[in-house]
Formats: sequence, C-alpha cells, structure tokens
Amino acid sequence: MKGLLIISGLGIVAMLAEIFKFKKALLPIVLLGIVAAYATNFIEWNSPQSIVYFDNMIAFDKLGIAFSGIIIATAFLWFILANDYFEDTNNSVDHFALVLFALVGALMLTAYKNMTTLFLGIEIMSIPMYVLAASKKNNIKSNEAGFKYLIMGSFASGFLLFGIALVYGACGSFDLFMIKSYITINSATLPSFFYVGVLMILIAMCFKVSAAPFHFWAPDVYEGSPTLITALMSTVVKTAAFAAFLRLFMISFSGVSELWTMVLAVVVALSLIVANLSAAMQSNVKRMLAFSSISHAAFMLMVILANVRSNLSVSALIYYSLAYSIGSIAAFGVVYNVALKANEDITSFNGLSKRHPLLAFCMTVSMLSLAGIPVTSGFFAKYFVFTAMIGTHYKWLLIIAVLTSAVGVYYYLKVVIAMYFKGNESDNEKLIVEKSQAIVIVLSTIITLVIGIVPNLVADIFSF
Amino acid sequence: MINGISINYYLLLSTVLFIIGAVGVMARRNSIIIFMCVELMLNAVNLLLVSFSTLHNDATGQVFVFFIMAVAAAEVAVGLAILSMIYRNLKTIDTDILSNLKH
Repeated sequence: MKGLLIISGLGIVAMLAEIFKFKKALLPIVLLGIVAAYATNFIEWNSPQSIVYFDNMIAFDKLGIAFSGIIIATAFLWFILANDYFEDTNNSVDHFALVLFALVGALMLTAYKNMTTLFLGIEIMSIPMYVLAASKKNNIKSNEAGFKYLIMGSFASGFLLFGIALVYGACGSFDLFMIKSYITINSATLPSFFYVGVLMILIAMCFKVSAAPFHFWAPDVYEGSPTLITALMSTVVKTAAFAAFLRLFMISFSGVSELWTMVLAVVVALSLIVANLSAAMQSNVKRMLAFSSISHAAFMLMVILANVRSNLSVSALIYYSLAYSIGSIAAFGVVYNVALKANEDITSFNGLSKRHPLLAFCMTVSMLSLAGIPVTSGFFAKYFVFTAMIGTHYKWLLIIAVLTSAVGVYYYLKVVIAMYFKGNESDNEKLIVEKSQAIVIVLSTIITLVIGIVPNLVADIFSF
Repeated sequence: MINGISINYYLLLSTVLFIIGAVGVMARRNSIIIFMCVELMLNAVNLLLVSFSTLHNDATGQVFVFFIMAVAAAEVAVGLAILSMIYRNLKTIDTDILSNLKH
C-alpha cells in the first residue's frame, strides 16, 4: 500500500516539475521513488499479516504484493528503457505523470477487495493509457490507436459495470468476500440475472486482457501506439489485468465455477488458435508481438481455469507474468531501437547479427523465451501452466496449446532467421544503441536466462 | 418493489437502454454519436445501480454511481481531446476513415 502511495506522490511531483523547473532531475527522482516503492513492497511481503485500507476496499495480501512486485520491477526497467521517449516530446513531464498514474491503477488492481476499487483501478490504469496510445499527435496511426483503445475500453467498461450492477442486485454488496459468502449460502435461489452479470463481467475482463473473440482491438492498438507505450501495455497493463481477473474469479465467483469455466475454456481455445495463426501471417514485428501477446493471454487464462481446483497454479501465473513481462521488455526494446532508423517490418531485422551482434543475441533469447524453448524462462512458464492443467478435465485444451505453440515457434524463429541468415553485405551500417537502453535489454536477457535455468529461484518464493 | 413498481421493470428499462447504447457503439459511424452511446450504456448502469440500491436499502450502490459519473466525465474529456486531434489531422470524424491499421 505504501508503494501505491509513493507512486501516486511521484505522479504529482512529476506534474510540478514543469513549474519548478527540475525537468532534468525528474527521471532520477522517479527511479529513486520506484526503488523506494519496491522496498516498502518488500517490507510488506515480510510482515506477518496484511493490513486493510479504506474500509476493506484495498488489502495487500501475499498475492497482491507478489504481483505489485512484478509490476514495479517491470516499470523500473521500462523507465530506464524509455528515457529518450521522454526527451523527444515537448511536454515530457505530463508523460511521466500519465505513466505513473497508470501504474497506480495497476497496483490498485493487484490488491482490490471491492468491486468499486476494481472499477476505479481499471479506469485509473486505462485512461492514461488511452492518452499515451495517442501521444504522437501528428501521426494518424497513433491517433487511430488511441481512439480505438478508448472506444473499446469504455465499451468493455460498460459491460463490466452492467455486470457489477447485476451482481450487486443479486447479492446486495460490492465486497468480494460478501459476494462469495452470499453465493455459497444462497446457491439454490440466485436470480437468473446474477448469472448474466457474471458472464458480462467475464466478457469485460476478456476484453481487457485481449482474449479472442474480444481481441480485435489489440493488434491495431499495439501497432499504432508508440513502441515503448506498446511495451508498457503488454507488460504492466497485462499483468495487472490478470491479477484482477484471477482475484475476482478465484474469490467471488468460485462458487459458480461451472457457469464460467466452460465459457473460459472456449475463449482460451479460440485465443490460442486465432492468435497463433494470425501471428504467423504478419510481416510487421510489432503486430506479430501483439498477436503473440494474445496467445500468451490464453496461456495465463488457462492458469485461472486450472485454479478452480488447485492453489498451486497461483504461483504458475505469477511466474508466467514475470517471464512474459521481462521477455517482452527486451523484445520491445530491440524493436524500438531497430525501428528508429527503419520501420517495424521484419525486413528491417535483416542482418542485425552483423549490425549489432549483442542486440541480435538478446532478441534471439527473448524470442526463444516467448516461444517457450528450454533454458529460457518461457519454457518453465509454459511447463508450470501445463502441470497445473493436467489435474483438470480440460486436457483437450492442452493438446490445442501444444499444437499452436508449434506454430508459435515458426513465427518467432522467423525473426531470428532474418537477423542471422538474411540481408546482404552492403548495408552493414552499425546500429547505435544508447548505453542505458542496452543495459536494460541485456539485464532483461540475463534475468530471462537465469530464471530459466534455475526456475525454483522464483517459483519457491511465490509458492505460498 | 420500489413505490409499488416491481424491480423487474427497472431491470427491463435499463437493459433496453444498455442494448440501445451497445448497438449504437457498434453500428454508428459518427464518433460523437459513438461517445453518446457509450454514455447511454453507463447511464443505464447508473439507473440499475440506483434502483437496486433502493431495493436493498443500501447506500453503497448510490456511492458507486458517483464514481461512475466521475470516471465517465474523465473518459469523455480524453475522448473529445483525441477526437479534436483526429479532426485536426484528417478534417473528419467519420470512423470509416480510420482504417490505417488494417492489413
């Protein structure tokens, strides 16, 4: 909770930087603040019981703290990676503030205990992201991405709210645990509109995590937004949305799991098939990564599906979020640097191994991690998901998952092949990467490899 | 029952309003009207929350409505800003023009 307060304060400080003229010092201040937030988060992790805030609307339990740890750490890496994104714009301080406020919403989503805080968290996270998606003012693609994100986001919010209203009408409370206990006591006499409400909330959450068939906005938004904002969307925003999804359906609606697990299983199957087949046909790497993020969303939804039976899978979701976030940060960092001089098309990656061997190596590792090939963290992430799923009766999903992962290997390796085996000798112009960005990319690659080789290093911490 | 009217009628009214809004978002082509339809969806929710809140004799539902109103205002502010940006670049706000991101 203190982390959330520190980051809110940082957002306000960032807005003051323009007036009091300490724009140059803002990035170090923000980084220090994020480290402080991480430290308080760590202290709260070690404290014996979770403290309740705002009349039981927010409570940072172990699950919440684990997810906020991942989010804060990813945000730290992202801020270093994005240092020149801020220098490019005239009103960089506003961008700082927007990112920080989006982060506040994300942290709120990891620890809400009430439908009110769920809704507020989603909106606090989303509204700055709409602005950031459209932040290249003169680029029509960016405008379009922001507009589509906004319309789709508020449309999904409408569904979420209608669902919440119906659930409230049936149960008479917004508190997650009150809803849970109401469902267990009155399971026979629940009105039919309650079930409609649960399904509408499910649809809205699938919109937010961009799972098929509610994914159609994601590729457009991911492609049109500035690359670094896309990186933020597919790491911080995604992790937070999954934390929210898990908490809501694990606590409140576990009593009516027969209703939504079947729908969710269909959503997972569709996401896996649609996302992987579409990704294989893309030539734009950013758009390909958008479809890949949909297929990763499907894997994370599988964990929620499995969670109805075992608590083991919570740590699987945390590990998956961590592996995916770190892998994506590295991948988007490389895409950003490559696309600075060219575009995001796959041909821009031709011969990258000669132009910048280190960057090519980091991209290879993150591609292998996203594809789930051993020695990288992506492999164990998928492995934990599969072990969690084996105990359930959704084994047919496992078959689809394995088959579509094979398709996944094809399009991830397409990038690797372009980097190492394509391109002519003539355009061997060296690629210049800023030092701080290179450090972030290399650091993410190292983390990917380390938690891939010793997965228990992380998995043990989160098995509570 | 609220003032002698069954809750089902409130439910029916707000569902109809919500569906009108949702269909409007999907079918209309003018961006401003799309925003209006989103507002309609949110207001249908507000109506439903207030009537359930009265039914349960519980004020939290009405407090939630205030949050929705505040957030809807923020969302529309951002939305209109993005729209004016699009208008400056394209001189139109028809959503059919916005198809630069299709492959």
